[in-house]
Amino acid sequence: MSVPASMSSPKGLPYAMSGPAFLLFATLLLVPLVLTALLSFSNFDHHVGVKGGLTLQHYVAVVSDDFYHEIFLRTLRLSGLTTLICIAVGAPEAYFLSRMSPRWRAICLLIVLAPLLISVVVRAFGWSMLLGREGLINQLLELTGIGRQRLLYTEAAVIVGLVHIMMPFMIIPVWTSLQKLDRSTEQAALSLGASPFTVFRRIIVPQVLPGILSGSLIVFGLSASAFAIPGLLGGRRIKTVATLIYDEYLHELNWPLGAAIAIILLVANLLIMLGYNRLMERRYRRALG
Amino acid sequence: MTRNGIPALIFHVLVMVFMLAPLVIVCLVAFTPENTLSIPLTSFSLRWFAEVFRHADFMQSFWNSLVLAFLAATISVGLAVPVGLALTRFEFRGRAFLNGLFLSPLIVPHLVLGVAMLQLFSLIGATGSFWWLVGSHVVVVTPYALRLILAALVGSDPSIEHAAQSLGASDFTVFRRVTLPLMLPGLSGGWLLSFINSFDELTMSVFVTAPSTVTLPVRMYMYATESIDPMMASVSALVIAVTAAAMLLLDRIYGLDRVLVGQR
Repeated sequence: MSVPASMSSPKGLPYAMSGPAFLLFATLLLVPLVLTALLSFSNFDHHVGVKGGLTLQHYVAVVSDDFYHEIFLRTLRLSGLTTLICIAVGAPEAYFLSRMSPRWRAICLLIVLAPLLISVVVRAFGWSMLLGREGLINQLLELTGIGRQRLLYTEAAVIVGLVHIMMPFMIIPVWTSLQKLDRSTEQAALSLGASPFTVFRRIIVPQVLPGILSGSLIVFGLSASAFAIPGLLGGRRIKTVATLIYDEYLHELNWPLGAAIAIILLVANLLIMLGYNRLMERRYRRALG
Repeated sequence: MTRNGIPALIFHVLVMVFMLAPLVIVCLVAFTPENTLSIPLTSFSLRWFAEVFRHADFMQSFWNSLVLAFLAATISVGLAVPVGLALTRFEFRGRAFLNGLFLSPLIVPHLVLGVAMLQLFSLIGATGSFWWLVGSHVVVVTPYALRLILAALVGSDPSIEHAAQSLGASDFTVFRRVTLPLMLPGLSGGWLLSFINSFDELTMSVFVTAPSTVTLPVRMYMYATESIDPMMASVSALVIAVTAAAMLLLDRIYGLDRVLVGQR
């Protein structure tokens, strides 16, 4: 980083420049997170509300109660399946996109990625219309003679919605690693007699693996904390960790328990991200060494 | 250039249909003349759009969201410009920490941010305050603004600034005539991306809005969990229109592919 001579003279300048933003982030990010962590260790009484003191009871409750086990397992299952489907669909899609002519590619990339910027509520609502009792998919099922099925408010509906939201997060990193791919290695392998499948397996897959891995971690992390999709497509029956936190805070009003679950969710998310960074560093070190 | 085979193309078309289906259906149903969620085949009507504009709660939330997104984007860019300059032009203690801190809202689930801010607001009696809501949105969208501004600053050659300085320009002149124009695309792109993200934010806002400050996504979420009628489709179509307009601008100014693909 170069430092212009006259700008580096006042020592406090960079601090002054970051000061306002730091104040805001300290007040609205650091302090609230610390408060929430503290709250998760506070006693709670359904009649009195939050009481002082230190307790692990909320964490113990989450770890020991089958009710919470089921919700955590369901969240893991939904996020895991979403991740697998995103890999199975997103990775080949990114590959096909990279082989298109530039004009088509630009249009298709836009179609695949632009939904990223459109409100989650809108997309969830679109799916609830498609999957509803009178929805388009049920009408098609009736025409084909299969008959109406209960699609909305099932785990399948949640997975469909999650896959739709998360697909861009898988396609982007795979696409990025495909961009770095040297086409001439492919040509070389082909000209040396490798079958297209061998080329795919031995040359393309190993090179896009980091992209798939980074996409998977992002998709898994975001799916596990997704709120709108399970809320709108899962209904009241399909509770996930996110909707559980919402209920504890806004319906049960048991904030300390909600805080404990939120802290677990946060720590799990940070661990995933940290693990991802470690993994990437190790890869780079190996690649360099 | 290698071409995709027929199976690959079929696969690709299916993915496209999957990605577009929910958006297309929303936009079609928005024009239904019926009372049910049906796709209009013979006649189109704007009655449900009229219904939206007559619905006081939705209109109020729409304006709330628009003002909120405008303020949040403007303030976050205002904060991110000096931060971006400090991070790229100076070497100082705590630089890595600040960099991590300002980008951290990207990896903290919005749900966790929501409950954390809810607790702070209830402690200091800020629930229902519009300005604290603006503050919470600024925290969430600042990473987006900062990232584009950082990219613009890292990409610009500091020797141009040196040249201007050595020719006798003052620090302020260098900033106004050299640095600012160089980072203008990143700055305006960052503003638009922040605007879109604030306008769409649901998960955190669910916790920190009060009846008087309910934003459009939160209002839509509440509405959709209770009843479903074609008005919801019309509101959704309007949201898509606002977002698409912002995206079009973003594409013109900064390049949508750069924002989207360079995002992670």
